[in-house]
Amino acid sequence: MKAAVIVFPGSNCDRDLAIAFEKVTGTKTKLIWHKDANIPNGIDIIGIPGGFSFGDYLRVGAIAAQSPICKALVDYVNSGGYVLGICNGFQILTETNILPGTLMRNQGLKYICSEIELLVENNNTAFTHGFQNKQNIKLPIAHHDGNYFADNETVKSLNDKNCIAFKYTKNPNGSVDDIAGVLSQNKRVLGMMPHPERLNDQSLGGTDGGLIFGAIESMLS
Amino acid sequence: MSEPAISEELIAAHGLNKDEYQRILNLLHRTPTFTELGIFSAMWNEHCSYKSSKKWLRTLPTTGKNVICGPGENAGIVDIGDGQAVVFKMESHNHPSFIEPYQGAATGMGGILRDVFTMGARPIAAMNSLSFGELSHPKTKSLVSGVVEGIGGYGNSFGVPTIGGELRFDKSYNGNCLVNAFAAGLVKTDKIFYSAASGIGMPVVYLGAKTGRDGVGGATMASAEFDDNIEEKRPTVQVGDPFTEKCLMEATLELMDTGAVISIQDMGAAGLTCSAVEMGDKGNLGIELNLDNVPIREENMTAYEMMLSESQERMLMVLDPELEKEAKEVFKKWDLDFAIVGKTIEEDKFEVWKDGEIKASLPLKALSGTAPEYDRPYITKTSKKLKNFEVPRIDAISALKRLLQNPNFGSKSWVYQQYDHMVMADTIRRPGTGAGIVRIHKTSKALAFTSHVNPRYCQADPFEGGKQAVAEAYRNLVSVGAKPLAATDNLNFGNPEKPEIMGQFVNCIRGISEACKYLNVPIVSGNVSLYNETDGEPIQPTPTIGAVGLIEDLGNMIEGPAQPNDVLILIGEQGNHLQQSAIMSVISNNSNGQPPITDLEKEKRNGEFILNSISFMSSCKDLGQGGIALGAFKMAIEADIGVSIEEKDIPWYFGEDQGRYLVTSTTSNALILLEEARNTNIDARIIGSFGGKLIKLGKSFLQYDELKMIYSKSLELALE
Repeated sequence: MKAAVIVFPGSNCDRDLAIAFEKVTGTKTKLIWHKDANIPNGIDIIGIPGGFSFGDYLRVGAIAAQSPICKALVDYVNSGGYVLGICNGFQILTETNILPGTLMRNQGLKYICSEIELLVENNNTAFTHGFQNKQNIKLPIAHHDGNYFADNETVKSLNDKNCIAFKYTKNPNGSVDDIAGVLSQNKRVLGMMPHPERLNDQSLGGTDGGLIFGAIESMLS
Repeated sequence: MSEPAISEELIAAHGLNKDEYQRILNLLHRTPTFTELGIFSAMWNEHCSYKSSKKWLRTLPTTGKNVICGPGENAGIVDIGDGQAVVFKMESHNHPSFIEPYQGAATGMGGILRDVFTMGARPIAAMNSLSFGELSHPKTKSLVSGVVEGIGGYGNSFGVPTIGGELRFDKSYNGNCLVNAFAAGLVKTDKIFYSAASGIGMPVVYLGAKTGRDGVGGATMASAEFDDNIEEKRPTVQVGDPFTEKCLMEATLELMDTGAVISIQDMGAAGLTCSAVEMGDKGNLGIELNLDNVPIREENMTAYEMMLSESQERMLMVLDPELEKEAKEVFKKWDLDFAIVGKTIEEDKFEVWKDGEIKASLPLKALSGTAPEYDRPYITKTSKKLKNFEVPRIDAISALKRLLQNPNFGSKSWVYQQYDHMVMADTIRRPGTGAGIVRIHKTSKALAFTSHVNPRYCQADPFEGGKQAVAEAYRNLVSVGAKPLAATDNLNFGNPEKPEIMGQFVNCIRGISEACKYLNVPIVSGNVSLYNETDGEPIQPTPTIGAVGLIEDLGNMIEGPAQPNDVLILIGEQGNHLQQSAIMSVISNNSNGQPPITDLEKEKRNGEFILNSISFMSSCKDLGQGGIALGAFKMAIEADIGVSIEEKDIPWYFGEDQGRYLVTSTTSNALILLEEARNTNIDARIIGSFGGKLIKLGKSFLQYDELKMIYSKSLELALE
């Protein structure tokens, strides 16, 4: 499997995500600069990292969504490509309309960095087949704008079509329907606020995040 | 544009006294221009010149076998083996944070991060030590929220994990809060960059963000006491842009890889002035600047404003002219400014041009070399041990409850949850209790970081307080299995022109020196913040020590937490020192008495015993404020189980005698530990055990869950 990570100015989890991929693929993750207009051939999955692309100025993810690489990203998704967007990466996926909904300021108006509990809602995807359905897993969150919002109709449709990957067991940020991770209709794009790349080693305090990367590798190799 | 004429008022407004102005006249043999006066005031204020503190700073131990670079550069550097080094420093942003908490704290963070990556190091950890006034004071809550949000807003966006720090409340900080920011980075020992310019006629390049009018006169502001008119000083506070800083760091590190950087210096206090003079001074060269080429974001800026602006996220470097094209490419990639604004010259001169006119022409060496230096008079004051000290009559568990209800001793999670402490995915030990730890990529090593000071001890006995600050920082590191390497000091005091304040300063330094020498922890960087006074009310002396330790092998660290049925062992003597203790500060108003005396010989022996016995422990906690009772409670919190300790009296439970640790281990390992302690003449005894759902101090107890709730909510409740 060959993974790539898009780097925007202000991305700060690009290295962490690249390393998490490398840990399961054994090969160097390709880094793609946001000014590039093309995604190289032979990439099996694209990671969009956490951070503060363009400083989170204007609105989280909004400026990054206008980068040249994001046009190529939309094409890549339309042709059936796999994408994992984490935190700011999830925000960018909603800003490019690859995923529905939007991420607003946390209900408590404060940045939250903490380990939280999630419920796996759909384990029948390339990202989550390492878990049981309704399994409790632990992952860290670190965000100021993780309050997922979509209208009732969209939320209903996400539920009906099994497009919710994870829900919070104790909602930390006010997200509608406790939603923590959203899948595209073809289940090949996952956007999530929690950071699996930060919990993929026992010395970091847990390995639940590593199971997501392991699942991706076993599906796409 | 014509410049204002030099008058007595103008000189005084620049913080220069008569003698200092006379010194300028003697140097120049003429009246300085307005721009020149500004440059002198920027270079000679307390903040930049250390004129009151220099004499004493020289007495600190700053060298050691692993020290690559001591004080004087942007940050200190210590070798950690395998061709790598840790670069670190702590710096205050007290005055700006009190005037404008969010931006003051944010730019404090920005400044310290810049100090680290200017030397070629990628920042890997941050901490902050915060001191605020009483929670009942009308300003405190908004200062706390603003400062914490500012640090988070900058550090989170930049992408450095904030893994530790301190937070305290005391009325002496009502009029002056303290914001001390620490950052550490990792560098290859053959890729370290310094600020000394070299080569004649080399281009001087301006990098990063554009120059505006923010922060003009900031360093001078930070060198004076506050009065009722501080609102007027708001424009002297800079505005931070963490996004630009993140890009500047990436661009700078990339630029360094091209080989184009001869020397580099960040623009911090006193901006362009200070950075240019420092580069010239260290390289024994002159510098010529042409301000017409400086990227600006406001129109009609004068030379004076441009030389004194403290706009953030800027760097100055001396460039290898042959690699100009490559260097420019990097900055274009990151959409940052890159402008050649001057050159190095042979003559000892600092010449500033604007609009074809000379705005300043000064002897460069003299600007830093002949800065005034004072040997200020001081008096030593120490509190005596109270002979008729009355031990409070209070039930032990009620005393612990009272301690936990106080936000000074409750959990600080309200603060550190607002900081990203896991970015970079290397945080092995998160903030909460004791030292934070980050692993070093692609090695089995890790670095531990801690900061400590007990201002109450320093107030009562500055010498012992200084000593204790180093000793406890040492103890924090040892308790996670790290070998203490070196430290940085951030010395916060009141007005040094008052002999008793100067006495606090001098004696704290003496104490720090003694402990650093004995424990072999050199001070490799630091910062002094004086004039922390409002309307004549000084802060408690607060010499914050930031210390760094090395864990050679992650497989051999003290991981914790304690396990059910583990026994609890006290390493060090049984104590009883209650004067100046945390429990006294909470249950009585008696602020008299002597702080505990740190026996450095025992400190070192007990520390070495811990480091040599790691494999027999399940967890370890060093003892400080709150003594055995608070230490054991925090271990219970980490393990999320109860603890039971033998029946003793209040001085034994809450005494703050120094050089002590609590250790947990299985019964069989405990026997080995005790045997080992006997053989090496270390005091050690079993005092309790872990397990169950109670916190028991002898016969008195409370439910673990009840105390845990109090502990985790006390700060949050106080701030609501």
